[in-house]
Amino acid sequence: MKILVPIKRVPDSDTRIRVKPDGSGIVTDGVKFSLNPFDAIALEEALRIRERLGAAEVLAVTLGGEDSIEQLRTGLAMGADRALLVRTPGPLDSLAVARILAALVRKESPDLVLLGKQAIDDDSNQVGQMLGGMLGLPQATFVSKLEFQPDGRSVRCGRETDAGIETLGVRLPAVITADLRLNEPRYVSLPGIMKAKKRPIEELSPEALGVTAASRTRVLRLEAPAGRKAGVRLRTVEELVARLRDGAGLT
Amino acid sequence: MKRTLVIAELDHGVLKPCTHAAVAAARRAAELAGGTFEILLLGPGAGTASGALLNFGAAALHVAEHPELAEPLADRYAVAVAHVARGRGTDFLIAAASTFSKDLLPRVAGLLDAGMLSDVVEIGADSSGPLFKRVLHAGNAIATVILEGPVRVATLRAAAFPPAPRLESTAPVLAVDLSGLAWPDGTSFVARDRKTSARPDATEARIVVSGGRGIKTSEDFERLVGGLADALGGAVGSSRALVDAGITANSLQIGQTGKVVAPDLYIAVGISGAIQHIAGMKDTKVIVAINKDPDAPIFEVADLGLVADVYQAVPEMIERLQRR
Repeated sequence: MKILVPIKRVPDSDTRIRVKPDGSGIVTDGVKFSLNPFDAIALEEALRIRERLGAAEVLAVTLGGEDSIEQLRTGLAMGADRALLVRTPGPLDSLAVARILAALVRKESPDLVLLGKQAIDDDSNQVGQMLGGMLGLPQATFVSKLEFQPDGRSVRCGRETDAGIETLGVRLPAVITADLRLNEPRYVSLPGIMKAKKRPIEELSPEALGVTAASRTRVLRLEAPAGRKAGVRLRTVEELVARLRDGAGLT
Repeated sequence: MKRTLVIAELDHGVLKPCTHAAVAAARRAAELAGGTFEILLLGPGAGTASGALLNFGAAALHVAEHPELAEPLADRYAVAVAHVARGRGTDFLIAAASTFSKDLLPRVAGLLDAGMLSDVVEIGADSSGPLFKRVLHAGNAIATVILEGPVRVATLRAAAFPPAPRLESTAPVLAVDLSGLAWPDGTSFVARDRKTSARPDATEARIVVSGGRGIKTSEDFERLVGGLADALGGAVGSSRALVDAGITANSLQIGQTGKVVAPDLYIAVGISGAIQHIAGMKDTKVIVAINKDPDAPIFEVADLGLVADVYQAVPEMIERLQRR
């Protein structure tokens, strides 16, 4: 069993994001970067699968530059067997990322690609599905429960949908995207981080995989959303109900 | 965007209202590009559901009914959508953002090698072509984006596109020929935990009452948040904290990674207001916050704030609202 876990470096979820005054991007000075929380959940699930099955290889992969090695080391510290950086210049859109991952899947032939349902920076929620489409692999998105079937060649997934939990049977190899409640990622110990620093990081380029990293989306500028103006503090429920009746959407 | 295709969303054969937002966006795109738009309805009941979309300016309604489409599995639906898009020469595919479209459309984009934008809130154009606005970073940034390529794909926030008015003309309804398609069989439907609530869906309600950490049990949630929602004829929602605590169902979560709502009135009951939650409701017209912590960040976005224990304030509110 081989599990490929694509991961992404993103501003930490506790960071207050601010748009640069010139609209060219977000302020990154002093911003802490972390492993995308959904990817941490995906990686945790891969590690649990390995623990349950006894034998499996977990390969963490990321696309980006030197900075992203930090997140690969987090992945190794959590317990990934291998870490791979595909060096890419500048930002890529989901389609470009999925193309590169598709080439990597053809090279590595994993039984399962397990990744976060979305990255909390661009909030696109696309890569897993695009990858499934490109490779013709079965997909299960927004998964909050994953159980291996006795045959070891298929899984049963609980998916979080607007209509409630949907259960699917999925034949491997497949692409599965993780939702929040799939698990609680493990704590990474300091000795674990120190040990991970000595582990090798494999490297590849899109060219070596035979793909060009061309994005079809281009961000022209960013702006901060219009802020909400300060509201009124009321003292009693009576006042609140009166205000609501008075025109806050109620008659 | 000369030939736009709207993917309608059905819930057990009934057209979901958010589809009207996608139709409004399609009309906008067609107008900007001097083109036309069509609508594709998939699955059981698609033919009947098409009746609700006859008079909104579509050049045609395509109905895809097939035993393989009995359940909305992305693997199979994507094959059908890509088939129709290729056959119709579609250059722009859109749907209202939901778990249905977020599962399906990126897969279609993968099949068609198309770039995609999620959660679009504005479609415009300059001299060089179409421009889109979308939100990212949990709603803390709005990006103006160019989407290139022969085929474009997008999901859009329903609240940002008010339903288009009815027209006189009636669109022809055409059955999609799905014979000869190779259907993937790697996924199979097992079960769905059907929602049994009589309350409206939070994404489609004018009023949403939402509960957070200030609520201690499922019974309290039902009595306070559910009770207030019922008194107002609204929907219920939940912060992530309550879902994680097992107090509310996953499908109620509002926020960056849950549902995004923009009702006329949003009442936050015992919600502290983490940025991830606010990302899911800050486009509401009027936000009301009830929280016993006067420093809770929810008060920074609330139009009307009440510092109070929700266990006392909410029953009184329900009682006063029912008195009218």
